[in-house]
Amino acid sequence: MYNPFSLSGKTILVTGASSGIGRETALACSRMGARVVATARDQGRLAETMSLLPPVADGESHVMALADLTQPQDVDSLLKSLPPLDGAVLCAGNSMTLPLQFGSREKFNEMFDINFFAPVELMRLMYKKKVLQKGASVVLIASIGGTHSFMPGNGVYGASKAALNSVMKYAAREYASRKVRVNSICPGMVDTPLIHRGTITEEQLAEDAKRYPLGRYGQPADIANGAIYLLSDASSWLTGHDLVIDGGFSI
Amino acid sequence: MNIQEFIENFAAQFDETEPEAFTAETRFKDLDEWSSLAALSIIAMVDDEYDVIIKGKDITNSDTIQDLFDVVAKHRR
Repeated sequence: MYNPFSLSGKTILVTGASSGIGRETALACSRMGARVVATARDQGRLAETMSLLPPVADGESHVMALADLTQPQDVDSLLKSLPPLDGAVLCAGNSMTLPLQFGSREKFNEMFDINFFAPVELMRLMYKKKVLQKGASVVLIASIGGTHSFMPGNGVYGASKAALNSVMKYAAREYASRKVRVNSICPGMVDTPLIHRGTITEEQLAEDAKRYPLGRYGQPADIANGAIYLLSDASSWLTGHDLVIDGGFSI
Repeated sequence: MNIQEFIENFAAQFDETEPEAFTAETRFKDLDEWSSLAALSIIAMVDDEYDVIIKGKDITNSDTIQDLFDVVAKHRR
């Protein structure tokens, strides 16, 4: 059957694979035929993700790799254990709702460590050590916050994602010499554990969801499907693009 | 922690409302200046000044500044 979105024969790294967008992306990649290397910090929840993945067709196995990507020694051991990759989706990240006047250097550091430095350093080393094979595709999960949307209380988070989007474009230019593509996805609010931590009440979230032209927040699959496109050969001529998937919010 | 200092820290998150308008009995969500951003500022102020993480629903469930003070005081114990 003709399927330009197939990931069959590809090995894909997914970070943040223990929940939310990362878990759904790992699942979607495996359903599209990929062998998945899934990484996250939480052993129990990552094991749960692994148990959901359908087996790889060609007899190879998915790989579970525990790592805290903000810790250099964890990044080192992850890099040593990685097979050659055809793609990577860097989902691991966190959010912070904080008015800018409370955005101390400490808060910025906390947010940039996980949302910016961790994925940028991993991408850099995967490229430098040639773990990313010729023609590989890297997908960074950014946000509409910081580039397409500037909601009060989102400044520290948005700045970290804007910085990530900026590096994405530079990397797309530089890594093109090895035909490695780099793109990002900029989701609007997606219904994951990240947004249900209580700073914003459930009532406020329900009210906010009504402001989306398509009438709802995103589901993790809405984002995972975008990642499938960016990883697949269907997007072979696409690089340096920030794909907005936000139910029309930023129009 | 004492209530007077808490009221001052609470009032500092507002720009238009006179500081005298804030007492322990002030029903803060009735203030013209109350907004979702003000709620986030209160949450951040409590984290900064009292090292307590309160949630949006702690604000929703509080009517007066005293109510919120009691929530924060309980967490500090």
